[in-house]
Amino acid sequence: MEAEVKDKIVSIEKPEIIAPPDWKPVIVGILCNWCSYAGSDLTGTSRMQYPPNIRIIRVPCSSRVDPWFIIKALQTTADGVLISGCHPGDCHYISGNYYARRRFLVTKELLKMVGFHEHRVQFSWVSAAEGAKFAQVVKKVTDDVVKLGPLHLYKKENFNK
Amino acid sequence: MARVGVFVCFCGANIADFVDVPTVVEEAKKIREVKFAVDYKYMCSDPGQQMIRDAIVQYRLTSIVVAACSPRMHEKTFRKALSDAGMNPYLLEVANIREHSSWVHQKDKKAATEKAGDLVRMAVAKSIANEQLHEISVPVTKRALVIGGGIAGIQAALDIADARIPVTLVERSPSIGGRMAQLDETFPTLDCSQCILTPKMVDVASHPYIELIPYSEVIELNGYVGNYKARIRKKASYVNFKSCTGCGACWQKCPVKVPNEYNMGIDKRKAIYTPFPQAVPNKPVIDAEHCTMLLKGKCGICAKFCEKGAIDFKMVDEVIEREIGAVVVATGYDLWDATPYEEYGVGRYKDIINSLEFERMVSANGPTGGLPIRPSDGKVPKSVVFIKCVGSRDKAKGIEFCSKICCMYTAKHAILLHHKVHDSRAYIFYMDIRAAGKGYEEFVNRAQVETGAVYLRGRVSKIYQKGDKLMVRGEDGNLGQEVEVEADLVVLATAIVPYKENPALARLLGISYDKYGYLSEAHPKLRPVETAKAGIFLAGCTQAPKDIPETVAQASACAAKVCGLFAGDTMKKDPMVSTVNKEFCSGCQNCVTVCPYQAIVTEDIPLGHGAKETRTVAKINEGVCQGCGSCVAICRSMAINLAGFTDPQIINEIVAI
Repeated sequence: MEAEVKDKIVSIEKPEIIAPPDWKPVIVGILCNWCSYAGSDLTGTSRMQYPPNIRIIRVPCSSRVDPWFIIKALQTTADGVLISGCHPGDCHYISGNYYARRRFLVTKELLKMVGFHEHRVQFSWVSAAEGAKFAQVVKKVTDDVVKLGPLHLYKKENFNK
Repeated sequence: MARVGVFVCFCGANIADFVDVPTVVEEAKKIREVKFAVDYKYMCSDPGQQMIRDAIVQYRLTSIVVAACSPRMHEKTFRKALSDAGMNPYLLEVANIREHSSWVHQKDKKAATEKAGDLVRMAVAKSIANEQLHEISVPVTKRALVIGGGIAGIQAALDIADARIPVTLVERSPSIGGRMAQLDETFPTLDCSQCILTPKMVDVASHPYIELIPYSEVIELNGYVGNYKARIRKKASYVNFKSCTGCGACWQKCPVKVPNEYNMGIDKRKAIYTPFPQAVPNKPVIDAEHCTMLLKGKCGICAKFCEKGAIDFKMVDEVIEREIGAVVVATGYDLWDATPYEEYGVGRYKDIINSLEFERMVSANGPTGGLPIRPSDGKVPKSVVFIKCVGSRDKAKGIEFCSKICCMYTAKHAILLHHKVHDSRAYIFYMDIRAAGKGYEEFVNRAQVETGAVYLRGRVSKIYQKGDKLMVRGEDGNLGQEVEVEADLVVLATAIVPYKENPALARLLGISYDKYGYLSEAHPKLRPVETAKAGIFLAGCTQAPKDIPETVAQASACAAKVCGLFAGDTMKKDPMVSTVNKEFCSGCQNCVTVCPYQAIVTEDIPLGHGAKETRTVAKINEGVCQGCGSCVAICRSMAINLAGFTDPQIINEIVAI
């Protein structure tokens, strides 16, 4: 039953608008301090290269990420959002990432329902030791968002017109 | 209006080579709130910090943005600079333009510069919403928990206890001593391991400030730095230690024989046993997995011969609790299982042993009385081949890292072999000789000159049986030709891997570990003994392969850290904790449910000013709160905020991109 309902939810996002040639996607990355932010630091320390479109915001734990942040980002500046936390079981705050995971699943269904493509918002687990994985994740998210093109759905400027 | 100062660091060439720093400064100056922006070669240096201090006064700045390395690196440094200038340290924001820009976009300076500009703008926006925060004082429980009773745990426990701080030392086996107790002599001085270790073991047992809990495991750790609560499971030993005198009548009479772990399974121990004669505490335990009485309800011979009546077959595991302020983890290492080396015939040929088995054989208190023997026929070997880097430095079959101590102990093994069997010869296959350490190179030279050990630079490609000998075929890279050595015994210097239950322990303690299972230090260079979790420290091979001197040094460093933590009656805590706005709180108590630290309780407040009726609201214990922010995101009425990561701060960041 649940699966059927989910299948009916299809994105209303259509790549009607052709991206201008100088368009560069903006990805907002919200990372937990202890695993993913440390992992992203390790990516730097190891000089692994990834696309320069991500703008990283540090929070103590992925459970601090309010769905509001994701919506606000999509509404204002972002073409895509990446949330990343500690691996399940490894949360610095014992259980925060489990809450984050559940909350994110719900948020994602909601966003799909109102029309966002599911690749706009992604979630990953990156530990403090996984510098290479962080680079891969950023690359994947950026590639996905590039394919989708600029985000116009529900952008604030559209309302002001 | 906010007056923000922006300080952009070159970090020598680290940032400046890949980010156009002056452009970042110019971009920052365009922001309305930025009243001062400047760059400097090294912002973290004293002149750099002085620039910040001067600007704070001169431009009456209300918040500071430093664009430099990761805040995980120098946030504290710059916060201190702020407080030195009389500014609240939490008005600082760090824009991470090194790890997140210059180091990861080295091929695109334009994009890296643009991104650095964005990161600065985000930090400026966040800093505008920063509030003045003040450190919190929390009481400290002055007792340390040391997990693991090897040389690392022993040294840490003794050093902490010598500072008159109580220590609880938990060891999972029946005796402390660890791997070091299994060694014969130690490099580079050939001190007898037992001679230098056992007095320390006795010191631990007799120290008035050390509580030794052997044959037990930590099963739970709750709380936070200075105020942890540990639950320790004491495994049933079936022997009442209070009445047992350690006379040994029980294990002499026990009929059950079990492979002896202390001797790497070379000989047998009994089902009731002390691991080795010098064990501390020197009291036997019953191995429940093998005892006939416990398995089948028949036997009980040990109880019959125990004059003190110390045997108690009805004993059960006991869980005890200790309140502690700090933890030292010293769980040590295991040897890597060399089975993947099929071409060596590991597991097929009896006369291939690992280095710890060899160590037990040549030990004076070992199963063979100090003489190496061939497991196949018990003869004394004359030609022994040692193969180094089995599993280490081998990405394909084993582990990428260098196990660090094998070069030295193999040289030691060559010397010990020569001491025990005068007419023998050692052949050592090696990749490189890594002998960095005081007296180490000299020791390797000694092994070569004194014993005539033949060092062959190259890998072994195959070992096969020929008669009762093992033929070791390999390459001598120096001569550039294939060599074949006829060996009586082959000793593998297998890689050192962390204690297998490290990941489970790490999860229990709430600390992180790397892909091999080694526990992670807070910073590889500057904080090598601390973990990312305050109050938990690492000593010895639980963090990375180490030799004894390094392990002892790290254990003492842990002790210094613990003593530092316990220096006052209270300790300072980060003010990044959650607070409740009671006006908005609806009393739904979702936050109470999600809080992993039970830091949130409820209180009843008057419904209105002077009203008799009350309503329930959440109340956060700031001493217990660790600042994860779970409660903030779950709060429906937006009544909770997390200092340092408030909604306005994060939204400002998002919108500023």
